[in-house]
Amino acid sequence: MKQIISLIQAGIVFGTVILFGATGETLTEKSGNLNLGVPGIMYLGGIAGLIGVFFYEMNTPVPNKLVCIAIALLCAFIVSMLGGLLFSLLTITLRANQNVTGLTLTIFAGGFANFFGGSLNKLAGGVGQISVAVTSAAFRTTIPGLSNALGSIGQILFSYGFMVYLAIAIAVALAWYINNTSVGLNLRAVGENPATADAAGIHVTKYKYLATCIGAGISGLGGLYYVMDYMKGTWDSDGGIERLGWLAVALVIFSSWKPKRGIWGSYLFGVLSWLYFYLPGLTRRSMELFKMLPYLVTVIVLIVVSLRHSRDNQPPTSLGLPYFREER
Amino acid sequence: METQKSIKLVCITKTFGEVTANDAVCLEIHAGEILSLLGENGSGKTTLMNVLSGIYAPDGGNIFVNGNKVTIRSPKDAFALGIGMIHQHFKLVDVLTAAENIVLGLNENKLVDLKNVRIRVKEICDRYGFVVDPDRKVFDMSVSEKQTLEIVKVIYRGADILILDEPTAVLTPQETDKLFAVMRNMKADGKAIVIITHKLHEVMEISDRVAVLRRGKYIGDIPTGDTNPQELTDMMVGRAVSLNIDRTEPQNLTERVTVRNLTVRDIDGVKRLDNISFTAYGGEILGIAGITGSGQKELLEAIAGLQNIEPGASITYLPREGKQVELVGKTPQDIKNLGVALAFVPEDRLGMGLVGNMDVSDNMMLKSYRSGKSVFTDRKTPRELAQQVVESLEVMTPSLSTPVRRLSGGNVQKVLVGREIAGNPALLMTAYAVRGLDINTSYTIYRLLNEQKMRGTAVVYVGEDLDALLELCDRILVLCAGKVSGIVEGRTAKKEEVGLLMTHLGEGAKA
Repeated sequence: MKQIISLIQAGIVFGTVILFGATGETLTEKSGNLNLGVPGIMYLGGIAGLIGVFFYEMNTPVPNKLVCIAIALLCAFIVSMLGGLLFSLLTITLRANQNVTGLTLTIFAGGFANFFGGSLNKLAGGVGQISVAVTSAAFRTTIPGLSNALGSIGQILFSYGFMVYLAIAIAVALAWYINNTSVGLNLRAVGENPATADAAGIHVTKYKYLATCIGAGISGLGGLYYVMDYMKGTWDSDGGIERLGWLAVALVIFSSWKPKRGIWGSYLFGVLSWLYFYLPGLTRRSMELFKMLPYLVTVIVLIVVSLRHSRDNQPPTSLGLPYFREER
Repeated sequence: METQKSIKLVCITKTFGEVTANDAVCLEIHAGEILSLLGENGSGKTTLMNVLSGIYAPDGGNIFVNGNKVTIRSPKDAFALGIGMIHQHFKLVDVLTAAENIVLGLNENKLVDLKNVRIRVKEICDRYGFVVDPDRKVFDMSVSEKQTLEIVKVIYRGADILILDEPTAVLTPQETDKLFAVMRNMKADGKAIVIITHKLHEVMEISDRVAVLRRGKYIGDIPTGDTNPQELTDMMVGRAVSLNIDRTEPQNLTERVTVRNLTVRDIDGVKRLDNISFTAYGGEILGIAGITGSGQKELLEAIAGLQNIEPGASITYLPREGKQVELVGKTPQDIKNLGVALAFVPEDRLGMGLVGNMDVSDNMMLKSYRSGKSVFTDRKTPRELAQQVVESLEVMTPSLSTPVRRLSGGNVQKVLVGREIAGNPALLMTAYAVRGLDINTSYTIYRLLNEQKMRGTAVVYVGEDLDALLELCDRILVLCAGKVSGIVEGRTAKKEEVGLLMTHLGEGAKA
């Protein structure tokens, strides 16, 4: 029983990282932009938040927890949005190939983040490993009372920092926004058929820019959560963020572009990713097989969805295509 | 009644790179009037209307609404002035419902309020006689339903100037009649309507006034009552053109291809062709009529070797020289080498047969690059052929090295059909060869097909325009839902008879 609770908890923490990434990417893809730079954007979010609070904690004798959180969130969101802006500028205004631009962004941002991560470690001196203890602790503060009461249910539902609930809230809000508001309807139209949206008087370029930048901002929070909660406020350049970033891209497909489906999908991915750790008697070799599971599930979902031919579960029709009004 | 609207376009100029699509065009549009905009392919009709509806920005010229100069920078500006355009390729989002498509981009409320939309859509439908189900998704709709939705959408947005770009190109005769009835209702309601069409009999039937464009220039306008098809054609082309299809009596009929018990299923296992049998003779034109998607494409592709054929079928073919051969089981390449040519013009024109990013001569080469002994391809012959096609069919292109994608739709088609005919086939199959082509080019293509027929080629002509089918073809095979609904004589059959066979299985199906 304890093992199962522990697995679920690990799955939810893991899932939250990719849920941020996937929710942001879903918003971006709804506008018809396929940003394969998600891992890079998550790198940017992680490193920016870390740099921000590192300097705050270093220069303040008694750091305030709320200020720490605000600085981390703000830095992560803004720098990730800048990453999204770069992607938008290249693909929307200059009409560069989205796949190439996205992959390049991932490579660029990975190098960028690890460079500054390494520099931070050096700045921190001592053991060569930085730690923003106060902020990390703030991020990991659970709701007082609830996590210890209620027994195992409390442990499964309430033993996390606030970012877990923020991720759910953002996903639910995004689903509602896309499906119920006029702006959401317009956004879907832009991703499906920009020429139609344009003829209907929708400012296609504006929608694409906003969706891509805000989407990147949300994705970047995944990187921040990874650094502050998952890594407990340290930087580690082993490429962990990148691996999770690709899972986030897979999750968008798994959830068939539905943010709410992404919530449980992300936890499922999390549980599947950690399963190898909890199954007894696995060798190093068979462990790797179990690590494949999330990707395997995505492939199966893709196959099932394609077989069912359901038009409601398809990617936005013009996903990955540039739009130019006067193209003939 | 609101004030009578009028629109005046003065000296509109629009260029795409080196091509001048509109050259100082002036045009007036009045309320309560149906204006036909007539012109050959690439004469700039659609471009002009795209300028008016804010899709293209003009390079020069002014637009006046009720005497006031206006600037239309985007479709939104056009809506605000009451201008709405129904595009040839529908501007609808497939995965959304009718109601969602209607309110798209309007932002009337912060939240989407479909209840209110349904009520207002019903009002519009009742007023003009439309039938639209607001909760149906667009991907479930037929072409004619989509078109109705487009019109309702534009009226919902308060348009009182409606521009319809080739609205009848995709409709059956019955659907066209329905559309015209609705257009008359709208005219009576004081709306101004501009209709772009190539079909002269429709111009005569529906419009009050005709404006003619030729090669981007405005030629003139004339009340429909004061003119006739011949005069309009001459205005459009700039010289006298004969409007008769010379249908010679078929001579030396030889059995060219005989299809027996042909059944084809698609990927989902649905029968697209069901037990089709017929014979096409060299020296005649066999027309194939049917509602779009009744199996025309599959039939031609089956003969060309591009479809998986169910067992039990036979397609025997007699080349110009040599013995009868069985085509079932042969590769498309073999079939092509036996003298079977297929010119299929799909809806997007570039989907099959031509490569958009390649120029005219390279597209000619697609057919010939395998021939020749050297490792290097022969570029000279295709270029000569391209030159010849461009000249004989009057393809409007800045040069032979312009990518085909940049040409207007009609010109793209001329390149495709011209290439297939140039191959000197024994069996020439064309599908929608004149789709969207102007009258002059259409007749050029009819003439070319007739020349092929006189040379003893078996011509299979899949067409949409029943009038043209009845004038051109010696026999017409009517398809209905993948079955042969009947085979009629082109010289004696009535349009209504064919129309009926298209929608209901005739006696031919039982045989």
